[in-house]
Amino acid sequence: MSDITSKIAVRPSLGALANPTRFLNLVRILLPWLWVVTIALFIAGLWLSFAAPEDYQQGRTVRIMFIHVPSVWVAMFAYMVMVSSALGVLVWRHPLADVAARAAAPLGAAFTFLGLITGSIWGKPMWGTWWVWDARLTSFLVLLIIYLGLIALWRAIEEPAAAARPAAVFILIGAINVPIIKFSVDWWNTLHQPASVFRADGPTLSPEFLWPLMVMALAYSMLFLTLHLMTMRNEILRRRIRSLQITTARRAERGQVE
Amino acid sequence: MIALFLRDVRLSWRAGGGALTGVMFFLAVVMVVPFGVGPDLNLLARIGPAMLWLGALLASLLGLDRLFQADREDGSLDILLMNGTPMAAIVFIKCAAHWVTTGLPLVIAAPLFGLFMNMPPLAIAATMATLVAGTPAITFVGAVGAAVTVALPRGGLLLAILVLPWTIPVLIFGVSAAYGAVEDPAPFTEPFIVLVAISLFFAVIGSLGAGAVLRHSDH
Repeated sequence: MSDITSKIAVRPSLGALANPTRFLNLVRILLPWLWVVTIALFIAGLWLSFAAPEDYQQGRTVRIMFIHVPSVWVAMFAYMVMVSSALGVLVWRHPLADVAARAAAPLGAAFTFLGLITGSIWGKPMWGTWWVWDARLTSFLVLLIIYLGLIALWRAIEEPAAAARPAAVFILIGAINVPIIKFSVDWWNTLHQPASVFRADGPTLSPEFLWPLMVMALAYSMLFLTLHLMTMRNEILRRRIRSLQITTARRAERGQVE
Repeated sequence: MIALFLRDVRLSWRAGGGALTGVMFFLAVVMVVPFGVGPDLNLLARIGPAMLWLGALLASLLGLDRLFQADREDGSLDILLMNGTPMAAIVFIKCAAHWVTTGLPLVIAAPLFGLFMNMPPLAIAATMATLVAGTPAITFVGAVGAAVTVALPRGGLLLAILVLPWTIPVLIFGVSAAYGAVEDPAPFTEPFIVLVAISLFFAVIGSLGAGAVLRHSDH
């Protein structure tokens, strides 16, 4: 028996992480390093952002791009993390997949909110309005509603194991929205500008703006990864506390009956 | 399948009058619009199709929480789950029956409410046609929400929040097709075809999704 478990422990795979204790140990080792990398990237990214020249049309407000674009990228990335976790729940029944999906939702909602706020702060000087109902903005608002609806669903179902599958199905159906957000600027005539970084013919952004943007995007992604691991850890601990409370309550009840 | 359809239709006609409640809610929504925007008949005629669509959307969302709840409470949902028929087919039939008893009355009531809104006959006909094509989509995507929230004590409100994002495209194309029939440069056919496509798409996705959720929830 001990032979088998040691063999599983050696193999570094996703399956090995199915053991929550092993996952918690890994998180404990990784977290300090992840924080160091994240903070270093943020310092570098912010320094580069402020060192970047002013745009000849937008002036100083172009710097909002360095906080706006990475947050919407991460907001969509968080949804893709949830989609793959949902597949993990439905297909492989990985025990941590549900935890990962649930932990990503509030983070995704926060980054979506950040993206909407910074976008509207950028929109005021550039477009002259805080908000327009164009396809990109509307589909992104829908993403926020999807996040909030999923959080409400998870909160409404008390037993975490019972919530896993319904939530996973809903995440997968909500995935339709992600390509709509991505291509909304191509399909419809929007006030929001079309893609200028991830294009088939290479980025149209000049290098002095592209570099800070990429470093900031990396910093945001690392921040998401770090916070995601922390939330997952908290979620595992929360579930343990819950099951401990239930067993204690059961034991107390049995004690009364006897 | 036909037996299930007839059973569901009969049940919802006889018990509780769910269809009538939906229509009354629809009437209530249409009735408060003139109070909100003022009784200017020209303005009402212009926003008429949009208001009818909003009312129909809200009324259909309202009735969705009972889609599987009654069957779950008396245990017939378990029987349906166990009898070997694909769950997606059962969901599809149940949705069809639900639409006939709650969606269709809304469509039939729409012309009357269109008169309240001082809409021209062409606009009323166009709105009715778009409602016929579009409200099934709301029922089918709502089925997933109903399946997810079936076991929850206060599921109705949560269902509306969960389903709302997917009803937005239905609303967009429904309203733009209805306007396309009245206002000259805007097309009617294209948004109408997209609306029909959305309904067919949701009929597949909704049946499969709701079937999967029902099969796996607390069994």
